[in-house]
Amino acid sequence: MAGVAPPGTGTGSGIYRGNGPRLMLPVWAFIGIFLVLPVLLMAVYSFLTKEFRGGVIWDPTLAAYDKFFLDRGLFGDEPPVIEWTYIGIFWRSIWQAGLATLFCLVIGFPTAWFIATRDVRTRSAWLFLVTIPYWVNLLIRTVSMKFLIRDTGPLNEFLLWTGVVDGPLGLVNTNLAVQIGLFYSYLPFMVLPIYAAVERYDFALSEAAADLYAGAWTTLRLVILPVVRPGIVAGCILVFVPSLGAFLAPDLLGGAKTFMIGSLIEEQFKGAAGNWPFGAAASMILLSIVLGVLLLYARSQAKGAR
Amino acid sequence: MAQVDSSGGIGIAVDVDDVVKRYGTLTALHGVSFDIRDGEFFTLLGPSGCGKTTLLRCIAGFEEVSGGAIRLHGEDIARLPPHRRQVNTVFQQYALFPHMDVLANVMFGLLRRGWTRRDATARAREVLALVRLADFAERRPAQLSGGQQQRVALARALAPGPQVLLLDEPLSALDLKLRQAVRVELKQIQRETDIAFVFVTHDQEEALTMSDRIAVMSDGRVQQIGTPREVYEAPVNRFVAGFIGETNLLDVAIRSVDGSRAEVLLPGGRPFACAAAAPVAAGPGHLSVRPERIELVAAGEGDLTATVRDHVYLGTDIQLHARLADDEAVVVRIQNAAGSAIPERGAEIGLKLEAGAARLLTD
Ligand SMILES: Nc1ncnc2c1ncn2[C@@H]1O[C@H](COP(=O)(O)OP(=O)(O)OP(=O)(O)O)[C@@H](O)[C@H]1O
Ligand SMILES: [Mg+2]
Repeated sequence: MAGVAPPGTGTGSGIYRGNGPRLMLPVWAFIGIFLVLPVLLMAVYSFLTKEFRGGVIWDPTLAAYDKFFLDRGLFGDEPPVIEWTYIGIFWRSIWQAGLATLFCLVIGFPTAWFIATRDVRTRSAWLFLVTIPYWVNLLIRTVSMKFLIRDTGPLNEFLLWTGVVDGPLGLVNTNLAVQIGLFYSYLPFMVLPIYAAVERYDFALSEAAADLYAGAWTTLRLVILPVVRPGIVAGCILVFVPSLGAFLAPDLLGGAKTFMIGSLIEEQFKGAAGNWPFGAAASMILLSIVLGVLLLYARSQAKGAR
Repeated sequence: MAQVDSSGGIGIAVDVDDVVKRYGTLTALHGVSFDIRDGEFFTLLGPSGCGKTTLLRCIAGFEEVSGGAIRLHGEDIARLPPHRRQVNTVFQQYALFPHMDVLANVMFGLLRRGWTRRDATARAREVLALVRLADFAERRPAQLSGGQQQRVALARALAPGPQVLLLDEPLSALDLKLRQAVRVELKQIQRETDIAFVFVTHDQEEALTMSDRIAVMSDGRVQQIGTPREVYEAPVNRFVAGFIGETNLLDVAIRSVDGSRAEVLLPGGRPFACAAAAPVAAGPGHLSVRPERIELVAAGEGDLTATVRDHVYLGTDIQLHARLADDEAVVVRIQNAAGSAIPERGAEIGLKLEAGAARLLTD
């Protein structure tokens, strides 16, 4: 058999781990055309000169990256200092995406746990409920969320009617509104992988921990969380990455104050005011950050496994 | 390590007192009672579904009892959560923590009980040496063979020094050869540690070879408690006689009773004197005779007359399947020694029952 896998450690090692290279050909072709090629294109564009009505001129330059990191004054003739505008937007976006990931984890883990511990027959019904919002377009869902939480929307009307608050909350155009939007958009991406991990979790491990004098919290911390960690990590990546590039929630729910990376990039490719090389450069920087984080994680994993 | 319990009795490690367990309408345990002594190898033996695992899980605390008490050295633990009971379990599928190496697995219970990391490491290495896994401390469970995993599970449960160790069919995942080797090792380790073991199995050979005492269970009830010899040679009822080893159950008529002895009429009409398992009255009964306690004699002699139907060659022994005149089946085991005459199929033979080895049973 072609493509014998290297001797592995742990379960699932052996010759069945690798597939023959010929079988993998369509996969590589697919990845090449739809993943590598676009990224290469973007990388190339980020080093070209912008055209005024959108598009690029084939004239290599570092102008896009220069514009991102350095401030050379209004006419570009002053000594360069660091440009904080875009770094600030990036930083705020990372912070927002991280926070959204945390909220999704805090709510998503118990939800996934709940579903995975239901009767086998009712589990798929619960999973279906979690994914129902996905049958509706993200734009429509985000707009609907705005209607729900705006000052004259049902949420505020209800709270005013019950007397919990005596003025509207003023949620729209705040960071909190963006958080609500991101949370609502990406929660299932957290629930599903954690569900898959918990479903495979062997509850005899919890019994063994209790048998060895571990209380409920110790068992959660020392046994359950480490064992289902791959699911948690997958969920966090699946929420963090799209949150970082999101533009619908920040645009519609956050307004100008909560401008995020996604909106910044989107603007560069829209209409005559756009700047394709700059948009491509910002995308490349975003991509580097994401890859960097993933790489760091992979490193720590490799070190952790003895 | 004899301990004095609160009632002043010496060395009762576990006292299971009239324990009832119900799952909805199904009653898995109907009032089970027994005592386990310190340092004793106590086996729960019974067919699948008789409630062995349920009982073990009640002692460990994974199931709440519906009634009765479980006392650990005198203290009622039936309502304590598992992590508050000084009882450890070796799980059937081992349930080793896959993300920890062997040493960390064994240290887990020690650290929860407040040992320092240094002391726990030393103790864990000591126990690993006891189960002959000293060189495997840094491996992950997935990198061990089934037998090695089983010994890690044992070490992990032994390390905190429980008052009782519970083992739920710990050998069932091993192949025959390994199982026989581990049996001996397990028994040795039990003697060295002097901890009371409660061992669950449905394998009667395992029970007979390892136990100090056996509780034979069926349908959520204890049928008999005794040493391997007692349950094998003096079964109290037909269930125990049939479950432990092979036996012949002959339909007999009880003629007269004198204390624990009785005289019965065998199939074919000859009288026979035997011991009764319980007080009996005249009427129908069952005589249990082990196949190896029947002697082959010439036709017309002995206690029974039978016709040979078949032989089964077992190596050291030969099993003879025969039928009595009323078509009742009888199995006889004869040694495969030089010069043993094996009767032909269809031959008429006489059977002599060993007087002290036959037991009269009524239920
Ligand atoms: N969680 C449960 N819910 C309902 N019934 C149960 C439950 N656990 C066990 N039972 C029932 O209780 C009875 C005893 O089961 P138990 O697992 O104790 O048997 P066992 O003697 O260990 O059998 P085996 O040798 O097959 O392991 C069975 O009839 C079983 O179906
Ligand atoms: Mg069982």
